Amino acid sequence: MIEQLNQLIEQLLIQTAPTVPSIQQVVFVMLAIPAAVAALMVVLARNLFHSALALVGTLFAVAGIYALLEAEFLAVSQILVYVGAISTLITFAIMLTRGMMYGATSPLNRQAGTAIMIMGLLFAVLSGLVASMPWPENLVALETFSWGIFSNRITGEAIIASLGQKFLTTYLVPFELMAVLLLVALAGAILLARDRQ
Amino acid sequence: MVPLSWYLVLAAFIFCCGLLAALARRNAIAVLMGIELMLNAVNINLVAFWRYGAAVEQLDGLLFALFVIAIAAAEAAVGLALIISVYRSRKTVNLDELTLLQG
Repeated sequence: MIEQLNQLIEQLLIQTAPTVPSIQQVVFVMLAIPAAVAALMVVLARNLFHSALALVGTLFAVAGIYALLEAEFLAVSQILVYVGAISTLITFAIMLTRGMMYGATSPLNRQAGTAIMIMGLLFAVLSGLVASMPWPENLVALETFSWGIFSNRITGEAIIASLGQKFLTTYLVPFELMAVLLLVALAGAILLARDRQ
Repeated sequence: MVPLSWYLVLAAFIFCCGLLAALARRNAIAVLMGIELMLNAVNINLVAFWRYGAAVEQLDGLLFALFVIAIAAAEAAVGLALIISVYRSRKTVNLDELTLLQG
């Protein structure tokens, strides 16, 4: 009698127990909520410099998401390039183009109402599209893939070594074109922004 | 384990925020910040699809995202140089007042 009662209570507890989220889900939520909030602040902040700081926060959180997806090289590159260089460029440009009445008028222009409605619709459509497909739920561990001639290394090193190898074999032309593009962009930016006297 | 759809919804939200900033802000630099947000959202999608896909050892998603970061750096530099140049000649970066090409 008591054993049956115990079994009944156990079954009831198993059926109504809340599902505990895994640690990756907790870390994802801890990175995604600041990213989303900071992205919203980029749009809605009255002061332009607050928008720039919120953009830096978003970029840091997105770098954390890359690290969660086991793309550590990309996370570090994101921090070096985006937070280190592009955010500094944006800050310099904000300092060099002062003159707007920050905080006096609304940061949004005349078509902001229509834009907000259309963005809400777009987000609903995208989320509905994402929810309607059977995406994979679980990752396949990186160690199960074969990293070619770098299979004898630990997985993080093997990824970076394969990255270097791919840059110089399969993706050589985009790599060199990227170098030319950066040179042209640098020269063009200096030419456009120099002081003409 | 984190389902793939969570990453895609986050990327969709950041993309919508970036597009809203590009369409609805007055200042030209805020529009550029919206463009950077959109590129970051696309990068999240690329890396998530790479990680949850079948051919992870091809590293194509990771390389694509790296190229997107480099191109975003080049485009931000040129865009900000343009904005500084416009500010020098017209003393404003308010997009409501830059209406020379408007019909």
